[in-house]
Amino acid sequence: MPVYRPPRIPARDITPEHLFFNRRSFLATAAGGMLAAAGTPALAEALKAAESRYTVDEKLTPEKDVTSYNNFYEFGLGKGDPAANSEKFKPTPWTVKVDGLVGKPKEFGLEELLAMPLEDRVYRMRCVEAWSMVIPWVGFPLSALLDKVEPLGDAKYVAFETIVRPEEMPGQSGYFQSLPWPYLEGLRLDEARHPLTILSVGVYGKTLPNQNGAPIRLVVPWKYGFKGIKSIVRITLTDKQPPSTWNISAPQEYGFYANVNPEVDHPRWSQASENRIGEGGFFGANRRPTLPFNGYGEEVASLYAGMDLRANY
Amino acid sequence: MTLLPALPRKYHAASIWLLYAAGLVPAAWGFWLGATGRLPGNPVKEFEHLLGLWALRFLVATLAITPIRDLFGLNWVRYRRALGLLAFWYVLMHFLTYMVLDQYLNFMAILVDIAKRPFITIGMAAFVLLIPLALTSNNWSIRRLGPRWTKLHRLVYIIAAAGALHFAMSVKVVGLEPWTYIALVAVLLAWRPVRPYFNKWKRGPGGRVQLKRA
Repeated sequence: MPVYRPPRIPARDITPEHLFFNRRSFLATAAGGMLAAAGTPALAEALKAAESRYTVDEKLTPEKDVTSYNNFYEFGLGKGDPAANSEKFKPTPWTVKVDGLVGKPKEFGLEELLAMPLEDRVYRMRCVEAWSMVIPWVGFPLSALLDKVEPLGDAKYVAFETIVRPEEMPGQSGYFQSLPWPYLEGLRLDEARHPLTILSVGVYGKTLPNQNGAPIRLVVPWKYGFKGIKSIVRITLTDKQPPSTWNISAPQEYGFYANVNPEVDHPRWSQASENRIGEGGFFGANRRPTLPFNGYGEEVASLYAGMDLRANY
Repeated sequence: MTLLPALPRKYHAASIWLLYAAGLVPAAWGFWLGATGRLPGNPVKEFEHLLGLWALRFLVATLAITPIRDLFGLNWVRYRRALGLLAFWYVLMHFLTYMVLDQYLNFMAILVDIAKRPFITIGMAAFVLLIPLALTSNNWSIRRLGPRWTKLHRLVYIIAAAGALHFAMSVKVVGLEPWTYIALVAVLLAWRPVRPYFNKWKRGPGGRVQLKRA
């Protein structure tokens, strides 16, 4: 089991502003949880998050599956590899550089990111491999971070980059390099600013385990999972569509948009239905229809009005 | 080569039955784990992939019997039918798992998959080609078909190549594992055209090949 090392947080950051200003409700919650949570480390308090209206009412995928069935090729190709091979990865200290077409480029320390107004968001996650989960993320809207750097008028896209650390990420060293590193992803600026798009710093109420993209990752619930770039070190605002790793690797199979779409098959498998992970053995495994935009059509379909979603897969 | 002590003849039949029994253990074990909810994540896919991988392993083992005899003088031909049939049973279970547990007998989806997705087309072709080989694996067919039997069973070369290709084409990134099977099958197939020359060289001028009983 990988051991997560909690970041060392200076005392002044232990109580984030949003908790300080909401200390009445915070105290009420804390009093309720006091007996059970006696001795909880400071970090767990830091991940106390507000409820969000962006939450789906579906049975959660068990934590065991969320943290042991992962695609994170930096740690290997197998689903169990990220959990098995990420114990050496050090998610602290950490900084995320935000630059490009912005008024105030800035390097954010992890403490600052954990002090953003965190929310609990239960999202569906649909992998491009036709399986899905329901995951309780803890995070904050990406737009909140973008606001701090003041994007310029000609910024049209947001590019993301994962860390490269071959000595801590076995998939990045050796003879077989599955993908070119660093892993890259991108969003259109309006997608990036959409309230559903979050940077996640935790799952199941705790800081992210290494295999889930510690310490900070992107979650875009209406897109296939590979858009959710992990262990982000750089976010760059640009005026051109940024490259994305799977699109470079197999452009006929993975597009830039990668919106969940049951009507556009992957060349090698149908996307019309999906297997929900963690629903028992053979006979509980539940194949269910895949929904357009992963069920978030009401919120996001307007972003793509007039676009040919077959051509822009 | 006397690396291995020869197995007394009276144990030959028992050793073959033991191979059948041991060969089916991975499938039985995997099925038990899956049926009782002990396979992680996506149990159907895990089981499906386990069966496919073992099918490929048994195909490789089947093809390895001849080179092992040529190169090391170990005659394991008595195990070849069992290995080949195990490969067939695993391919059959692999396909049934896909059909029943994965696709819930959605025949339309299955037919579309077979027609539209090259890696499934290739896998399906390999399965279909294996059927006549399994049906003619009995002694009666061997006697009955005579030299045509040998010709027919050369289909296994195509089947093994198709199996390795099916695996490599099914994954998102061709990593070490599929490359290993491609390499194994390639080497084993490449041995076939080489072996007449090798055996001639080994025999020496006018010599006779020395076969060791294992």
